[in-house]
Amino acid sequence: MLPTEFAPAFPETVLGLGICLVLLVDLYLPARWRDVTYLLALVTLAATAMAVSDIGLSGTTLALGGSFVADPLASFLKLFVLAALATVFVYSRAYLQDSTYNKGEYYLLGLFAALGILVMISGASLLTLYLGLEMQALALYAMVAFNRDSPVAAEAAMKYFVLGAIASGCLLYGISLLYGVTGTVQLAEIAQALRAGGADDAVTLVAVAFVVVGIAFKFGAVPFHMWVPDVYEGAPVSVTLLVGTVPKVGAFALALRVLVEGLGETGVTWEPMLGVLAVLSLGIGNIVAIVQTNLRRMLAYSTIAHVGFILLGFAAGSREGIEAALFYTIVYVIMAAGAFGIVILLGRQGDDADELDDLRGLSQRSPWFALVMLLLMVSMIGVPPLAGFYAKWWVLAALLDAGQLWLAIAGVLFSVVGAFYYLRVVKLMYFDSPAGEAPLRQGAALRLTLSVNGLLVLALGVFPEGLIELCARALG
Amino acid sequence: MITLGHYLTLSALLFVIAIAGIFLNRKNVILLLMCVELLLLAVNFNFIAFSRYLDDPTGQVFVFFILTVAAAEAAIGLAILVVLFRARRSINVQELDVLKG
Amino acid sequence: MESTYLAIVLSPLAAALIAGLFGRRIGRAGAHSVTILGVAVSCALSAAVLWRQVVDGAPADNVSVYTWLVTDGVRMEIGFLVDRLSALMMVVVTFVSLMVHVYSIGYMHDDAGYQRFFSYISLFTFSMLMLVMSNNLLQLFFGWEAVGVVSYLLIGFWYTRPSAIFANLKAFLVNRIGDFGFLLGIAALLYLTGSLDYREVFAAAPGLQDATIDVGSWQWPALSMACILLFIGAMGKSAQVPLHVWLPDSMEGPTPISALIHAATMVTAGVFMVARMSPVFEYAEAALSFVLVIGAITALFTGLIALVQFDIKRVVAYSTLSQLGYMMVAQGASAYAAGMFHLTTHAFFKALLFLAAGSVIIALHHEQDMRRMGGLRKYMPVTYWTSLVGCLALIGFPGFAGFFSKDALIEAEDLSRIAGAGFAEFCIVAGVFITALYTFRMFFLVFHGPERMDAEARSHLHESPWVVTLPLVLLAIPSVIVGWFATGPLVFGDFFGDSLYVRPEHDVLARLGEEWHGPMSFLVHGFQSPVLYLALGGAAVAWFLYLRQPHLPDQLRDRFGAVYRLLENKYYADWLAERVIPAAGRAMGGAFWRVGDVTLIDGGLVNGSARVVGWGAALIRRLQTGYLYHYAFAMVIGLALLAGWLLIRPGGS
Repeated sequence: MLPTEFAPAFPETVLGLGICLVLLVDLYLPARWRDVTYLLALVTLAATAMAVSDIGLSGTTLALGGSFVADPLASFLKLFVLAALATVFVYSRAYLQDSTYNKGEYYLLGLFAALGILVMISGASLLTLYLGLEMQALALYAMVAFNRDSPVAAEAAMKYFVLGAIASGCLLYGISLLYGVTGTVQLAEIAQALRAGGADDAVTLVAVAFVVVGIAFKFGAVPFHMWVPDVYEGAPVSVTLLVGTVPKVGAFALALRVLVEGLGETGVTWEPMLGVLAVLSLGIGNIVAIVQTNLRRMLAYSTIAHVGFILLGFAAGSREGIEAALFYTIVYVIMAAGAFGIVILLGRQGDDADELDDLRGLSQRSPWFALVMLLLMVSMIGVPPLAGFYAKWWVLAALLDAGQLWLAIAGVLFSVVGAFYYLRVVKLMYFDSPAGEAPLRQGAALRLTLSVNGLLVLALGVFPEGLIELCARALG
Repeated sequence: MITLGHYLTLSALLFVIAIAGIFLNRKNVILLLMCVELLLLAVNFNFIAFSRYLDDPTGQVFVFFILTVAAAEAAIGLAILVVLFRARRSINVQELDVLKG
Repeated sequence: MESTYLAIVLSPLAAALIAGLFGRRIGRAGAHSVTILGVAVSCALSAAVLWRQVVDGAPADNVSVYTWLVTDGVRMEIGFLVDRLSALMMVVVTFVSLMVHVYSIGYMHDDAGYQRFFSYISLFTFSMLMLVMSNNLLQLFFGWEAVGVVSYLLIGFWYTRPSAIFANLKAFLVNRIGDFGFLLGIAALLYLTGSLDYREVFAAAPGLQDATIDVGSWQWPALSMACILLFIGAMGKSAQVPLHVWLPDSMEGPTPISALIHAATMVTAGVFMVARMSPVFEYAEAALSFVLVIGAITALFTGLIALVQFDIKRVVAYSTLSQLGYMMVAQGASAYAAGMFHLTTHAFFKALLFLAAGSVIIALHHEQDMRRMGGLRKYMPVTYWTSLVGCLALIGFPGFAGFFSKDALIEAEDLSRIAGAGFAEFCIVAGVFITALYTFRMFFLVFHGPERMDAEARSHLHESPWVVTLPLVLLAIPSVIVGWFATGPLVFGDFFGDSLYVRPEHDVLARLGEEWHGPMSFLVHGFQSPVLYLALGGAAVAWFLYLRQPHLPDQLRDRFGAVYRLLENKYYADWLAERVIPAAGRAMGGAFWRVGDVTLIDGGLVNGSARVVGWGAALIRRLQTGYLYHYAFAMVIGLALLAGWLLIRPGGS
């Protein structure tokens, strides 16, 4: 057992050791045994999850000289990240088996990204947060360029890399200014120092602006969203699936730790900033999605719009708003995973099937998965009784409670615009004749997971209390 | 006498030069990687100056971590560059415009 | 009783699911059997519930079935409020739906989407029942949306026709405007009363009479604002001017749908909603006036459009709009009972007219242009006589159902003292003449006069099969008799009991009721009022113009070309929407908009706003150039704006 000082970081330790194991094993395995890597990766995730549940959902412990924290929120988010990543791996395996680049590195880099996100979730100092962020980002850059023969993937990776570097440069610059103002990088101490004075200092406020840029980039909020559509479209589908889901939880943790826990005192400054970014994201995301013909690109703009809603929760500036943002993040990740799962399901050997036209007549090829996609799309619109409705509703309620009437109105208006492109997907699936008669040939694991994923959206909509309570308890 | 303000101004200048370099340069991707390095160095400058000013070692520790990350970042960046060149036979920034809209 | 209510609601749903999911397995006969069985069960139980309410005098029943969640003290639940008002609606909905199911066996006989069709209409019945039986605003809204969704599905049923897709989109977008208002209205009531439950909202309404709400720097009477917002929802669903543009286009759907959804049931949801919310509307004078004026405008002006239509279904559709206006006028004058009564009689005779039109259309192999009909009387006797009954009921011929409901409504209007009542009375009295004119214009053009169809069509002419004519006969019966025994209790008696609330000073029906001495004397009184002679005059003019002097209409058209074109273009409502929206776009986008884009006259609101969005999307999309340095530049601008805002914000450093 680890010394008590390291106990809160036990899950990360397990994950790190697991990564080393996977790396070694994969190195000596012939390509046809790739499934061993896959299974080992899943086992690693499971072992990490067990280590997390060992810590449980109660009590807050600081470790590593106060720069690492284990609290209910961390445990909750970590468990969700691990489960989501396992789902992503199940979907991705189906995709990679069909591709020419079925390499173990996919799982390895995915695990590295997860490690980064876990560290971010537990970050109690700006240094820990930065290291977690970079570990996640570097793994993702490499993954986007993972298919080495694809020119578009290389282009997407280069764009993602350069823009990501600018964003983390901005974040770091903000951090350095905060360090200069408060003399510390520990969040608790920063909060304390700002409470004592200096929250209105010009340097502090400029630092807040820089930090907001870094966070907004991780979320993919307008105008720091430019990488999102290009990466979503250019990367291999299995990577888009990963980039589009799990890191959003990391971004949420980053925003929560830095803005709320560290810079809570400067809320009057960053809340309106996030409000503006949120409205821009809602507008641009929903409007531009309408003219897309590529399903992945459409989902990219849809992500930008959803991010707008998450930021609206933060902009409400109340505890309820943050709970709503957490709920929205969780629901969004579930919905996005399902939608990309459908893209993988439709894929044929050597052809990604990611154009909107590939969805034509899905209801005739597979009534069940057309129904799953229908549930996902309708949930993304925000129609009751699906989870997406409740997520939107809670954010709007928080905004109204906080007196942010105009933000709420913007949220509703753009959601209405957004309904259009989701419904177009439904129309394609149900009213158009099939693009090809080829039967779907993906395996049982993918089908089963995807079905559960779709039904989860329904279940969380009909019985949202459980998750609501969890969100409230995690932030409690 | 060189004060904290001078160091901060220099660092801000480096930061601006780095960012300007990224969006003014329309030729070579390698220049972008250099600008990214410069960006991180500007931040390091800030940390060191504050660390010295506050007489607190945390800033210097932070700089070591940033240097490490910067090395990893440069490695990944160059790797992507190689992949890019292999796939496209060009590292011209202006030609990176297949993905758009 | 809870299980009865559940059975009423769930049996159409179960039938819809079976027909929808296993349609291929159970075949055509299976699909229509199971859905008809489901709706028949529902209809029989509804009738039993109505019987229990009215004859046995059972008290209103308020049951909560399932609590979805409770948050901030607001309960969201599924529940049923069954009183006489909802029981009456349940019977109307299920009865008309049953008739339409039977009729569809014949009408949809050759259609490939047979099972899908039956699944949809059963699903519709379920949604409509959820709407009328609801005991809270949230469920009302869900039902409201659900009937909307099925309606879009059915308008676009023949989705291979571009016009159907367009009509579908138009209905969808126009209703979104209404629903936005409706949702805001519900939110306003929730804000004011802190509850979604009808009982609690109603109980809180009297205390809120003088409450105000601040919007910007203005103070608005809170209750009136909430009610007007709710009514905007009703304007969308019940197709009141200016949100009426979708209803005529919705005739792209199969005819049974026009009868079921777009005449008898869904479009009356708005009327029902106002009646249901009467305890709130009663305390919102401004909202009542608003309802009154909008209803009156709809009643008269859409009737005028019906005069120049040649598509038989569109004539009936505009007639429906006009009659919906009448119902709304009654609601605005606080004569809720009269409005609901007109809703009931209208459901019967308008469904009858639609189905009769459908019968004519199939007999002529999907010909809908009245200029290619004529003289059908001798080929289709059953359709002819039942149509005559429907037409007489529609124009309010003494003794027929429409006479009682419309006369009661007009008399009530005469007594109302609310702002706008004079204007409304003028509109609906003039509307009587117009109604008679277009109704008999249609009747004479279709069934009398020379046979204008081509020889090929004539040789195939014959009466429709019994599944088509039986519903016609069954609907004709109530269209004749329902007024005789129902007027007394429904309009002047206490049939509705506590389910409708009217403040004493608004109670025009009570004053009218003092003069009520049974249907016979009402009939005699009807002969003394000018309203009847206006109706007869309208019919006579129609006879003169279209049978006696058939060349006259053309001459009139030439003489009054401007008026004719105004009507033919539906007051340029579509055109206006077409132009106004692009103008806003032009103001926003300046030179990018192509100036003078008038070619798409029939595009409507939809095209206009869709194009603004599309154009905006294309423009923003161009910002995503693909160039890395532009992306970086956008980030720098973003950073500069965030930092710059710190300096210029109020109280900034």
